[in-house]
Amino acid sequence: MDFLLASLSDGLLIGFIYGIAAMGLSLIFGVMDVINLAHGPVIALGMFSLYLLYSVLGLHPYFGLVIVAVVGLLLGMIMYAIVVRRVIDAPHLSSLLATFAVNMVIIGLGTAVFSTAPYNVDFSLGRFSVGPVTLIATRVIGALVAILVTIGLYIFLYKSRPGRYIRAVANNKTAAELVGVPSNFILALSFGIGTMLAALAGALIATFFPFTILAGGTYELKSFVIVVLGGLGNPVGALVGGLILGLIEGIIPTFMETTWVPVVEFVMFVMILLVRPTGLFGAKQ
Amino acid sequence: MKRTLFTILTLLLAASFLLGACQTGTEPEVAEEAKPDEVTLVIGFTSSITGKYETSSGRQVRGFNLWMDQVNDAGGITLSDGTVVKLEVATYDDESNTDRIQELYTRLATEDNADLLISPYSSGLTAAASIIAEQNGKVMITTGAAADSNYQQGYTLVFQIYTPASRYLTGAVDLLASVGPEVTKVAFVYEDTKFSTGVVEAAKAYAEGMGYEVVLYEGYAADTSDFGPFINKIVDSGAEAILGGGHFQDGSTFARQLHEKGVDTNLFALLVAPPEPDFADLGEAALGVIGPSQWEPLAAYTPESAEVAGVEWFGPSSDDFVTAYTGAYDGEEPSYHSAGGYAAGVVLQNAVLTADSTDPVAIKAALDAMDLMIFFGNIKFDTSEENHGLQIGHSMIYIQWQEGEDGLSKQVVWPKAGATSDAIYPIP
Repeated sequence: MDFLLASLSDGLLIGFIYGIAAMGLSLIFGVMDVINLAHGPVIALGMFSLYLLYSVLGLHPYFGLVIVAVVGLLLGMIMYAIVVRRVIDAPHLSSLLATFAVNMVIIGLGTAVFSTAPYNVDFSLGRFSVGPVTLIATRVIGALVAILVTIGLYIFLYKSRPGRYIRAVANNKTAAELVGVPSNFILALSFGIGTMLAALAGALIATFFPFTILAGGTYELKSFVIVVLGGLGNPVGALVGGLILGLIEGIIPTFMETTWVPVVEFVMFVMILLVRPTGLFGAKQ
Repeated sequence: MKRTLFTILTLLLAASFLLGACQTGTEPEVAEEAKPDEVTLVIGFTSSITGKYETSSGRQVRGFNLWMDQVNDAGGITLSDGTVVKLEVATYDDESNTDRIQELYTRLATEDNADLLISPYSSGLTAAASIIAEQNGKVMITTGAAADSNYQQGYTLVFQIYTPASRYLTGAVDLLASVGPEVTKVAFVYEDTKFSTGVVEAAKAYAEGMGYEVVLYEGYAADTSDFGPFINKIVDSGAEAILGGGHFQDGSTFARQLHEKGVDTNLFALLVAPPEPDFADLGEAALGVIGPSQWEPLAAYTPESAEVAGVEWFGPSSDDFVTAYTGAYDGEEPSYHSAGGYAAGVVLQNAVLTADSTDPVAIKAALDAMDLMIFFGNIKFDTSEENHGLQIGHSMIYIQWQEGEDGLSKQVVWPKAGATSDAIYPIP
């Protein structure tokens, strides 16, 4: 029982972070029908940004998160302006290839600068016990930050003017333009927020796991499983999907070898696509 | 008239003698100016400049390059007929990727015309390189590659410097039996790769043979960064000692996360990572961790110990190697991977000298007959058909990170005969 509790709590904590990474991917797809294949490298850039801010500039990692978020937002808006805007109305293959090209550029530059060697943000806040479960403080704080980011995103999307614009453009871009919504800026902002979420997820992961410039690939794949699980284009579904994936990762090792985890995840991915392609919580209509 | 003729003849004779004398006098000068024959031996290998083996491979290559620079700076290897063998290297980045190995070693063997090959780092990459070496008739010295299976493929040109994987962790089981006779349950958590699997299979069988109950035996993927599920299983299994690991990246992450979770264990032995000097960067998480090492600066292999063992001594001492290495690489402390790279060069040098030739057939014969002690330890190769090239002379030592006056330091804790300190047991 203790084993199950320990595994579930570990899975749940990482699930929140998976959730915000997947929310970024889902938001971009929901607003502009673009599947962002540069999502993984952006997660890795978030990891390395935090590493540089903490290890080189000596900033506190949690203060560094704010800078990573701002940089992620700006990077996403620049990526949109240079690459995505030109292919947004083109067939899906064009946007896939365009974002894949960005993926290759980031990986190439990142490998040239950092190589593919492992890096580590050498930061610890210790551990504490809750009953029989030992929790690592950085993971708990990571989950709390992920919850705060989700609440903030929800308030932004539903209570602020730019947020309402984003939802309007996602719903009907032409109609939104007719009532004066600056769709081009809103699309850039949406891509920026999606990228910011990916970079933040990467930075949070970097506070407790080692990483390489290629590490984002694993989390990108998980994000795809999660958005399919939660419903394509449904950010809230993505968060719940992240939690479900985290819990699955926690539970599977309690009764079978841990190396089976990705097998189960991708079988589930295919099954959902076959049986319920809109995801458990419904896709964007 | 006659007198004039006689005088002319005499002068001519004298002139011819003088010319003759001058001619013979110039011969030695010509011989002195002539340079001895010089041949260039091209040595090919790949290194993992990028990828997960970067740390260990980098050290291995730096060790090898140091040996090559020293030999070339000293004028090369001189054979008995005066031929001077100079060394040249052909090398590529294999990106720690097995898929790149076959292409690159084929290029080394066929396009770069490498005369001899050195293996890449790791057993997995070396397995791929060995096929190419054998197919192209190239002698290959393997270093940083311990899996036994590579030497059970019927190859005849591949020679191993490292102690084989099957003998990597068995000493840690002996150490456990010595310091913790009360322990009955052990866990093996290991990287799911050729090398690590080979090591733990042998160690598990050895431990079970000694009466230990193996309560957990599970592999993890090479790119694992979250060891939480494995640590939870270790705690649940009730294991009193943990053995396993794989390479530097995963091993150091495993040690860090085990420490973060505050798991109590009596003994924690990991492959590859602990002997690396960078392991100390883990701080408290490194304390008490044990690792098998192919070589340590403290290792006492000397001309005297070679004499006692009744084998030939060759090459520099450990101290000379350490001094040269730290001098060449900005004070970097050599690890056993560095020493392995250098040792591969020393073995090659001895083989060329013994063969007195750069002919691959003669070099192979010299390696087959080798029974040698160098700063790295004993070197002798199995020449049987079943295990040709397997290292049978060299043996492991076990280090543990302990708290010293100047912070963390490595101490040799096993075998007892070579120990520099008692093992910390249980881990604090």
